[in-house]
Amino acid sequence: MKLNRLLFTAALLAAAVPAIHAGDVKGKITLNGDAPAERDITIGANDPCGKLHPNKKTRFYVVGADKGLADVFIYVKDDQSGKKFEVPAKPLLLDQVGCEYVPYIAGVQTGQKILVRNSDPVMHNVHPTPDKKTGNPEKNLAQMPKAKDLEFTYANPEMFLRFKCDVHPWMFSYVSVMNHPYFAVSDKDGNFTIANLPAGEYTIEANHRKGGVQTQKVKVDASGAATVNFAFDPK
Amino acid sequence: MNAAETVDTRVTQHNPPSKALNLFAWFTAVSTLVLISIGGLVTSHGVGMAVPDWPTTYGYNMFLFPISQWVGGIFYEHTHRLVASGVGFLTVILCVWFWVAEKRRWLKWMGRLALILVIIQGVLGGLRVTMLKDEIGIFHGTLAQLFFLLTVFLAIVTTRSWRDLSAWRAFAPATAGLRNLVLITTILIFVQLMLGASMRHQHSGLAVPDFPLAHGRIYPKTDAETLQKYNLSRVDSRDFKPVTAAQVHLHMAHRAGAFLITGFVFAVWLRMRRATLPRSFHILSRIWVALILAQFALGVATVLSNKAADIATMHVVGGALSLCVGFTLVLLSKRHLWEHAQPLVAQRQNEPSAPQPLPA
Repeated sequence: MKLNRLLFTAALLAAAVPAIHAGDVKGKITLNGDAPAERDITIGANDPCGKLHPNKKTRFYVVGADKGLADVFIYVKDDQSGKKFEVPAKPLLLDQVGCEYVPYIAGVQTGQKILVRNSDPVMHNVHPTPDKKTGNPEKNLAQMPKAKDLEFTYANPEMFLRFKCDVHPWMFSYVSVMNHPYFAVSDKDGNFTIANLPAGEYTIEANHRKGGVQTQKVKVDASGAATVNFAFDPK
Repeated sequence: MNAAETVDTRVTQHNPPSKALNLFAWFTAVSTLVLISIGGLVTSHGVGMAVPDWPTTYGYNMFLFPISQWVGGIFYEHTHRLVASGVGFLTVILCVWFWVAEKRRWLKWMGRLALILVIIQGVLGGLRVTMLKDEIGIFHGTLAQLFFLLTVFLAIVTTRSWRDLSAWRAFAPATAGLRNLVLITTILIFVQLMLGASMRHQHSGLAVPDFPLAHGRIYPKTDAETLQKYNLSRVDSRDFKPVTAAQVHLHMAHRAGAFLITGFVFAVWLRMRRATLPRSFHILSRIWVALILAQFALGVATVLSNKAADIATMHVVGGALSLCVGFTLVLLSKRHLWEHAQPLVAQRQNEPSAPQPLPA
């Protein structure tokens, strides 16, 4: 009986070791060279967004200090479909402010809520356009200023699911839907952290909408930490 | 006076051409062209989904939507819907007018066909929005061209000169060698329009951004790696969907079509120059050449301007007009084959029957 209890405890501990030794994968994304010039956004004279927010430009390459590249989506590429993960209760908030979607690049888990808010004084339409192959549903909903938040959830993984506004054709946000929680988006200085990754070896993929895709192998060791950096060339 | 002329006279006596009806039919045709232009602007600006609901507009009755809200993409889409309603209303009037005033039974039915088609067009436009289907947009754009041709047809067949069959019959031998050439050229233009509609309604922007080369080559590469390079290097505030290999091939087919059609239209013009034909044929063939050259230039400009909305829309309108001229030439070159072949004894008083081919 005592031996059984001992064996049981040992098995429990063995299973828990990877969780106890979960770690963060941190890193920095940089841009080699200079980013291509952003394009001016032409807003029609009849559009209040033009008066409210003149001199708008595209934001394909957001480069911060030390050539840090923002808006890169970094995630564990290895298949996690056999595992169960809790869906975060906290929704992702996409806000329409300044006649733009904020954030521009984001990530959620399958089944996690996405709330879309209109903080602008103008009306928008919220039009997610998933890739038809994923099976995620397309919708198109009107949203008046300060109206109730619109809610979306997606059951299938998809990279860079596009949210757009057809009234203001320069407004986009790209939300990647993952079936696991191991992803991050690089901040304005290019830094990122994928948190609580169990010990093991992983393929990390970094995906920038214009810079392209890069992958690297990383080992999360017993100390629970790993570092991986990426450097993109402008296209 | 022979049998044909007897019928012509009786037809004209009991159903004299109405200038008012003819003018109204032309007004409907021109309004349809304006509607196609506005529809072209909607697609060129990529705002076809700017009004998510139908038949309401952001919950309002379409005719009561506040003008202060006609902003951004809503302006184009909402205007398109209002003008479409106007064209629908004109078509209702035309259909009723034909029914009441026209003695040619087949033309009454053509009026009804126009009404059915315009209703179908309206429903297709609405369903494209509510069902979120790009494919319906392609069909909607193509049917618009066919409806435009129908309105032009209704305008032509209500002119006085159309009714004077003897005049058309006189130069029929001169058109013998031209009819098939004109028909083939017009069909080629229609196929070109369908290719164009397919390209536009996939919302991927320009699949090939340069001219006269295509991605720097005579025929562009379309392997996965090269396509990824095209898509990554494309920096545009409209942020189109990624270009696919099929779209590149479609674009190149459209370019090839442009050269082919230009050749055919020139061939028609050269053949007509050598033939003894009414002045209208020569004028139309010259207009056709001018239109096709303008279309070619607009196509090049669409590419070089990175698909600027106004230039792309003018290209759409030019396509519609080119198709219209070809259709008119087909109609006029085959005019003598219509009418009255039915024996007089079988014809009811005051009710000329449908057009039939001349006896051999």
